[in-house]
Amino acid sequence: MAVRAMWKGVIRFDSIRVPVKLYGAIEDRNVHFRLLHRGDLEPVHQSMVNPETEEVVPYAETRRAYVTESGDRVLLTQAELEELEPKPSRDIELLSFLPLHAIDHRWYDRPYYLGPDEDSADFFALAEALDEMQVEGLARWVMRNKSYVGALQLYQGHPMLMSLHHAEEVVPLEALKPPAGPALDKRELGMAHQLIEMLESEFQPQEFHDEFRDHVLEMLAAKAKGKQVKKRAPKPREPSVDLSDALEASLRQARKQA
Amino acid sequence: MSKDDDTNQIAEEEEEEQPRAFWSGIIAFGLVSLPVSLFPAHRGKIALKMVDDKGTLLRRQFFSEDDSRPLERDDIVRSYEIEKYHYVVVEDEELEALEPKRSREIDLKRFVPLSSINPVYFERAYFLVPDGDTTKAYRLLARSMEDEQRAGIATFVMHGKDYLVAIVAEGGILRAETLRFHDELRTPDQVGLPQRQAADRKAVERIRSAIRKLTHKQFDAELLSDPQARNLKLRIEAKLKSGTGVLKAPEEPEPAEAAGNVIDLMQVLKERLQGRRPQHSEPQPSKAARAASRGKPRSR
Repeated sequence: MAVRAMWKGVIRFDSIRVPVKLYGAIEDRNVHFRLLHRGDLEPVHQSMVNPETEEVVPYAETRRAYVTESGDRVLLTQAELEELEPKPSRDIELLSFLPLHAIDHRWYDRPYYLGPDEDSADFFALAEALDEMQVEGLARWVMRNKSYVGALQLYQGHPMLMSLHHAEEVVPLEALKPPAGPALDKRELGMAHQLIEMLESEFQPQEFHDEFRDHVLEMLAAKAKGKQVKKRAPKPREPSVDLSDALEASLRQARKQA
Repeated sequence: MSKDDDTNQIAEEEEEEQPRAFWSGIIAFGLVSLPVSLFPAHRGKIALKMVDDKGTLLRRQFFSEDDSRPLERDDIVRSYEIEKYHYVVVEDEELEALEPKRSREIDLKRFVPLSSINPVYFERAYFLVPDGDTTKAYRLLARSMEDEQRAGIATFVMHGKDYLVAIVAEGGILRAETLRFHDELRTPDQVGLPQRQAADRKAVERIRSAIRKLTHKQFDAELLSDPQARNLKLRIEAKLKSGTGVLKAPEEPEPAEAAGNVIDLMQVLKERLQGRRPQHSEPQPSKAARAASRGKPRSR
């Protein structure tokens, strides 16, 4: 089952020009719910209302404003907002190339596969060059009125554009201080290390799947047949009182299971 | 438009992003249980609010479809279309009762080398802040995981959805990074991408030399700044300075929902990381408000 291309663009840098197609790399597997009115199970809709008059303001008549901390409103006209939109373009402009993994995954947002458009010769030459040089590119493009930054990289040998968060969106780690407190106990630290090592394994993504989704669908099917569904409140676990005791007991348990 | 298209997201959705805990529960490390809360590690862009042509801040309201009666939030239920036109109502409690343990606990049963997680799996990051009376267990786990360069892996249930999560320690701070499930990531075959073909040597060399000219050793995060956000900010500042198109705050306080984001995410994170509890009780969204935000695909 092939996926349809969602956008076409042209990778550009120096004198290089490689036309590409973009494909979503994520398959939506969420259970989608719909909001209904509790009484009659009829559909509902949302509208914007003026809180003073309770009158509905049609979407086309709404305007945008920025609200300052003191509550002042800065009105932005439609013309102003349009002027601030990025200029439409098909260019995927490469700003720089970096050693692999120079861009930390904290910046990663959403992956898109790239496929060749028109002439495919340069497309595979680009993949080959990225492969040989072990680099990734930092790219900028405008897609459907939105500006994107992304990492051009290979995934299983295929060119991929990983969109990245804009700098303003990522909370800087450097600005945060870790929790402070008295020095950690050497013995407890040793036990924690030991426990981590005992629970060590490799990451195998295939081992995990969304079980809850299956359970939700089963529960819904049962409910549709008129079966009673559990509504019991779970009992939360108590926080550990003594850290040393809990660590010791955990190690004993892990040894038994090993 | 394809379902995974995230480019069409309306900016207004971001006004819902308030710095409040996304989830609160327990990290289980063996028999050590560590109460934590999750806060987003990403913040929205500059939020614009919807107003009418006179600048009055507008409020969202649910209406019934047929007779346009205004509805209270608690009148709204989530439902699933099990067959055409056959809806089954789903209550939050029913979802929670399905897997109570995994709804309350992130049970770290295995630790993997950080480098063994292909970064393509990382989906979204949250900071973990300690909720207990002491930060000792938090600091102990953060320190030992960071020393070992390992991430704890678990699945847990948050807001009616299953998450695969990697708990990562960096700089003494724990982060929960949700991972995509294996079957959420399409393979090149599923997309129908062509096999890699042998490339013309001359073309490869030409591209290599062009890459070389642009190669840098270090990543400059400045390059990721958003020109649109910057221009919008400049425009807002200019208007505030000149006073054109600026309406002063009304004398009477606005309804809470319409007020701006007064509490800053950074502020909340800084305090909670030191184990300080919030001074004001956090506003709890109504049931239906949470239901509403869950009813749509996670906003990205």
